Amino acid sequence: MAERLLEVNDLKVSFATEDGIVQAVSGISFGLERGKVLGIVGESGSGKSVTAMTLMGLTRGVNARFEGEVLYKGTDLLKVSDAELQNYRGNELGMIFQDPMTSLNPVYRIGDQIVEGIQAHEKVDKRTARSRAIELLRQVGIPNPDARVENYPHEFSGGMRQRAMIAMALSCNPSILIADEPTTALDVTIQAQIVDLVSRLKDDFDSAVIFITHDLGVIAEIADEIIVMYAGRVVERGSKRDVFYDPQMPYTWGLLGSIPRLDRPKAERLHTIEGMPPSLINLPEGCKFRPRCPHAFEKCQQEPALENRVEAPGHLDRCWLDVEFKRGRRDETISGGSAEAA
Amino acid sequence: MTVIDQTAESGETPLLRVDHVKKYFPIRKGVMQREVAHVHAVDDVTFAVREGETLGLVGESGCGKSTLGRTVVRLLEPTAGEIVFQGTPIQHLGTRRLRPLRREMQMVFQDPYASLNPRKRVGTIVSDPMRIHDLGSRADQKRRVNEILETVGLSPEHYNRFPHEFSGGQRQRIGIARALALRPKLIVADEPVSALDVSIQSQMLNLLDDLQNELQLTYIFIAHDLGVVRHVSDRIAVMYLGKIVELSPAEELYTRPIMPYTEALLSAVPIPDPDLAEKRERIVLEGDVPSPINPPSGCRFHPRCRYATDICQQVEPPLVDYGHGHLAACHHPLNVDQAALQQAGVAEQHTPAAADGTALPQDTSGRSNPSVAPTRD
Repeated sequence: MAERLLEVNDLKVSFATEDGIVQAVSGISFGLERGKVLGIVGESGSGKSVTAMTLMGLTRGVNARFEGEVLYKGTDLLKVSDAELQNYRGNELGMIFQDPMTSLNPVYRIGDQIVEGIQAHEKVDKRTARSRAIELLRQVGIPNPDARVENYPHEFSGGMRQRAMIAMALSCNPSILIADEPTTALDVTIQAQIVDLVSRLKDDFDSAVIFITHDLGVIAEIADEIIVMYAGRVVERGSKRDVFYDPQMPYTWGLLGSIPRLDRPKAERLHTIEGMPPSLINLPEGCKFRPRCPHAFEKCQQEPALENRVEAPGHLDRCWLDVEFKRGRRDETISGGSAEAA
Repeated sequence: MTVIDQTAESGETPLLRVDHVKKYFPIRKGVMQREVAHVHAVDDVTFAVREGETLGLVGESGCGKSTLGRTVVRLLEPTAGEIVFQGTPIQHLGTRRLRPLRREMQMVFQDPYASLNPRKRVGTIVSDPMRIHDLGSRADQKRRVNEILETVGLSPEHYNRFPHEFSGGQRQRIGIARALALRPKLIVADEPVSALDVSIQSQMLNLLDDLQNELQLTYIFIAHDLGVVRHVSDRIAVMYLGKIVELSPAEELYTRPIMPYTEALLSAVPIPDPDLAEKRERIVLEGDVPSPINPPSGCRFHPRCRYATDICQQVEPPLVDYGHGHLAACHHPLNVDQAALQQAGVAEQHTPAAADGTALPQDTSGRSNPSVAPTRD
């Protein structure tokens, strides 16, 4: 059994705003082992980015409230001081942000930005740090890194900037790489390159990856385990095969059905999830997906717990519906209006 | 060589005809602002759009698809070439002469946050086009706005609200309502769904579909998501570095891509099915799109193409018709049999052995030879 790096127990994050308390994350739990990729899927406002940023301690602030535990190799990262946290950020957990255009400082050279990161964490002289930076750029596939290290971000294309961001996140050999929508701003061809790169680097650096995205296609390629989030909650969790081939939450079916898919005959109409995600200030009673769920019934007035309801032991969901009923009905949603049911 | 002119072939006048259109942006340097080079954003593009059809325009960022869309509706003036809308050449019309045409062609923009004036109310945003064109009385305009808001799935009570009070999906609906206000014939939609969440994206695609049926709209649909484009389009044009490299009936592009670039694009699309994703062999394109300031010689795709030979570096391949309206510009066309090659009049070049089916995203098991007839309606 691989080493367990991260254990998140019942993490809750809320922010006090002028309009009231925003419960951004309400009780999420998961574990992460070395060498594994955890995929977190959800729409905007589902709490996936807040979760990632909380792991890095980036949501700390006067208005933020945290509950639960984030255990990294046994230390609760929620409890450590800001100064101590600095030893974990970068060294133990590295983060790749969504937008490579705005996450790099436009007035510093790429190389200097990587060197700064290395020197902040390790006592090395500038020359060593610089050769490390060049080596990192080579590892992430930047051609001619000796010259490129002198470039400014605007001289890089979108894909290269994202590669530079990844180099920066890897600069201190973190055990966990958190990638928050790393491919969303990129073209499909570049996206494919970055996805390949992340899974290759995971093996090279022997680390674990938390990969956050709204793109189920990308998740299908890279993840081992998947968490589906909705309104700050985990609504389904399981292995990649469980979630794609035996999805238990009607929300997951809706997500699968809303994508125009190239691997299926063209659907007449796409399946849609009616309505909009609920406001995190004013959540509906009971199951949070109930107002948008076509299969809701009386019992959904109470919120179901995240439990194992199927044969696969690690496959959890939050849905009261009968498993056999769901297995019979879900294909009409997942395959949308497609003539050929899967 | 077959000359590319769909008008001659079908006999009917298309709603829009774009003929050898170029759009170059000058790069100026120095005190004198001398032109030192050009960005070849759109470089000799020819196509036609029939009334009621949806033409999809796909390509990576920087391929010129947005510039082409903007040039077509004359938000930009083309450097060369002809744009004929309903029989009238419009490529060099001035603002005044263009105004009546603006009623016929409208645009929906990508970013629903940036394309609505935050200081105007929804009612004003949607009625502004009618006010500018002086259509009907104030009361008529208001009635019409409420009607349109309902058509796009908003309610009349949203009339007095500001854009910031809406979610991304709702804002995009406002943008669509504004485009519909003048009952246009042609709508150029530039990445209308790429800023939206998947569940909202599917709502919007269905809405655009309904509107097209109800109002007999013609769409030019610009997007980088090949799944989305396949869903909405009747025909699809693939652009690379300012040129159309393949133009095909929608379904056929996916089952039988001719241009290696299209093949690579298709194989890069992630598929939400773990088993299929594992099975298929992906063609990973190396490197980035070259600069449109100084595009590669010959075929512009040759530096990234796995089939490239000497001829690709030297001679630019013409856009050739391979039958049922499927055009491609390639020296080494894929998925083409000898008959089609001869018909197209292309010299018998060594085509790469039948393009590997594994690279295609389709689950072809149990499906017959995917030589789909072009969909026409």
